[in-house]
Amino acid sequence: MEVLNHLLDGFIVAAQPLNLALIIFGCALGLFIGAMPGLGSVNGVAILLPMTFLVPPASAIIFLAAIYYGAMYGGAISSIMLGIPGASTAVATTFDGRPLAMQGLADRALVAAATASFVGGTISVILFTLFAPPLASVALAFGAPEEFALMMLAFATFVGLGGDDVPKTFFSIFIGLVLSAVGLDIVSGEPRLIFGDISGFLHGINFLVLAIGIYGIGEILWTIDSSRGKLNVSQATVSVKRILGCLKDLKSTVKSMLMGSFLGYFVGILPAAGATPGSLMAYGVAKSISKDPKSFGKGNVEGVVAPEAANNSASTGSMLPMLTLGIPGSPTTAILLGGMVIWGLEPGPRLFVNNQDFVWALIASLYAANLFAVLINIAFIPMFIWVLKLPFTILVPIIFILCVVGGYAPTQDMHDVWLMFGFGVVGYLMRKLDYPMAPAVLAIVLGPLAETSMRQSLLMSQGEFSIFFDRPVAGPIMLIAIVLFLLPLLKSIMGSFRKRTGKADA
Amino acid sequence: MRRAELVMAIALAIFSGYLMWKSAELEIGWIPKRGPGPGAFPFWLAVGMLVCSLWIILRWFRGIGAFADSEEPYMDRHALNQFLLGAGSLGVMIGLIHFIGVYGSVPLFLIFYMRVLGGHTWSRTATLAILTPIVTFLFFEIALKITLPKGFTEPMFYPIYDLVY
Repeated sequence: MEVLNHLLDGFIVAAQPLNLALIIFGCALGLFIGAMPGLGSVNGVAILLPMTFLVPPASAIIFLAAIYYGAMYGGAISSIMLGIPGASTAVATTFDGRPLAMQGLADRALVAAATASFVGGTISVILFTLFAPPLASVALAFGAPEEFALMMLAFATFVGLGGDDVPKTFFSIFIGLVLSAVGLDIVSGEPRLIFGDISGFLHGINFLVLAIGIYGIGEILWTIDSSRGKLNVSQATVSVKRILGCLKDLKSTVKSMLMGSFLGYFVGILPAAGATPGSLMAYGVAKSISKDPKSFGKGNVEGVVAPEAANNSASTGSMLPMLTLGIPGSPTTAILLGGMVIWGLEPGPRLFVNNQDFVWALIASLYAANLFAVLINIAFIPMFIWVLKLPFTILVPIIFILCVVGGYAPTQDMHDVWLMFGFGVVGYLMRKLDYPMAPAVLAIVLGPLAETSMRQSLLMSQGEFSIFFDRPVAGPIMLIAIVLFLLPLLKSIMGSFRKRTGKADA
Repeated sequence: MRRAELVMAIALAIFSGYLMWKSAELEIGWIPKRGPGPGAFPFWLAVGMLVCSLWIILRWFRGIGAFADSEEPYMDRHALNQFLLGAGSLGVMIGLIHFIGVYGSVPLFLIFYMRVLGGHTWSRTATLAILTPIVTFLFFEIALKITLPKGFTEPMFYPIYDLVY
C-alpha cells in the first residue's frame, strides 16, 4: 500500500505542467534521436544533459528519462525503414523488420514495434515499482566493501557478458578509471596527474567531457564513415484503418511480447548488460519457441515484437541498480548517474530515503513517458520517416555545435572543449579497432566512488584485501565478479578442449 | 587493419607507461594510518592498461585476435577524407572560438559544412547560420546565464547585456 501512496505522490509531481511538458517534449525528441541512424539514447542523453541545467533536478532527470524512453521506441524506426539499426539496441529489430518493410508491410512492423515497446515498457515499470523499494532498503546496510564489490561486478559483466574483445574491454575499464583519478586527490588533496602542468586538469575530467566526446563527436565521425552517405528508405503506406488492422493482428504475438518483456527486464538489471544483449537474447528465444522458426529472418512479426519488448524493458531494468545501488546498468544510466551528482543528489541506496519525492517522481514519469511515447510514435509515423531523409550535412554540424557548447557549459572552460574534441577523435580511432567505449564511460562515472570505497575498505582492514571476501554480502558478489572476469578464459579453454577431443574422435 | 592494431597497441602501451611514471610522482605505497597513498590507485590502474596493451601486442605477434588476418585498410581514401574534413573543420571551429568567439565561429562552421560540403542552397544555409547562434544565445546567455566565450567580439555584446540585465 505504501508503494501506491508513494507512486501517487510521484504522479502528482510528474503531472505538474512543466514536468508533463518535458515528458512529452522529451519523448518526441527521443523518438527523433532514436530514429536517426547511428544515434541512440546514450548519445541523446549525453549531448543534451548540459541543456537540462535550466530546470530543477527532478524535471531534468524526468526529461532525460523521457528521451531515453523515446529513443528506445525510435530505434526501431530506422531499423525497419532503412535496415540500419537506429542504435545498437535495435539491431535485432532489423532481422525481421527490414524484410517486412521490403514486402511493403512497413506499417505493420512499425505498429508492432511500437506496441511491443509499450507492453515491454509497462511491464518493466510495474516490476520496477515492486522491486525497487525492497532492494533499496536492503542496500542501505551496505558498507564500503559491498559498494566496491558491486562496482567490480559491474565491470565484470562487461568482460564476461559484453562479448567484446577481452583485453580491449579491460583496457577501456582501466583508462576510464585512470581518467577519473585526474585532479585533486579526494583524501589527501594533492594534485594528481596534472599533465604538462596545465591548470585545466586541476578540476578533474568531468565525465560529460568524455561522454560527449565519445558519444557525440566520436559516434558522429563513426556514422559518417560507416554510412557512406547513401541511404535507402522503404516506402510505407499509413492510414488509420491499416493501423487498427495491424493492432488486431498482434494478438497472436502476445506470448513473444510477454517473454521479451520479462527476459529483457532481468537482463537489464544486470549491471552493464543493458538493452542490446537483452533484445538479441529475446530474439533468439522467440525463434526457438516459435512454431515456425524458419519464417524468422524473412519477415515474421514475432521477430520484431520480441526484441522491441525486450529493449524497452531492459532500459527500465537498468534503472533499477542505478537508483537503488548507485551502480548503472547501461551506459545511458551511467550518464544519468553522473548527472545526478552534478545536480547535487547523492546516488545510492540513501536516495530512496533522502530524496523520496525525486525517486517517485521519476518512476511515475516512466509510466507517463511510456504512454506518450507510444501515442506520439504511432500518430507521427510519417514524420519520423521524413527525419530519416534529413541529409547528414545538416545534422552533423548541428550535433557538433551542440557538443561544443554543451561541453563548455558545465565547467565554462575551453580546456574541456579541447579535451572533449581529443576524446572524440581518439575514441573514434580506437573504436575502429573494436575497443569498446561504454566501459570507459561507466568507469569514469564510477571511478571516484570506486576509489573512495576501496580506500575506506582498506583502512577498515588495515590494508588486508581479504575484507572484500570474508563479509557475507561482499564476498559472494566478489566471487561472482571473479567468475565473470574469468568467463572468457574458461570459454576459450573449453573451446580448444572441445576442438582437440573433436579431432581425436575424427 | 593489422598494422593499425599494432600501432595503436604500442601507442597505448607508451601512454600507459607515461601514466605510471606520472602517478609515481606521488606516494604509491601504504601511508600508515592514512591508507594507500594518492598515487596508488592510478598507478596500479596504469599498470593494468600496460598489461592489456602488452597482451594485445603479444597476441598480434602470435597472429591471433580480431584483426589477425585482416587485409582491409584501416582507413581507405574515402574514410580518411571524411575524417579529416569532419574532425578538421570541427577543430578549426573550436580553435576560432578563442579569437572570434562562439557567435563568430558557429555560423562560419555551418556555412562551410552545409554550403561547401553539403551543397545546400544559400537560403537554407543562411537560415540555419543565422538562427543557430540566436537560439544558442537565448538559451545559454539569457536562460541559463552561462556566458559563452566571445573572443574579440565581446564589446559588440555590451548593448545586448545592457538590454537584458
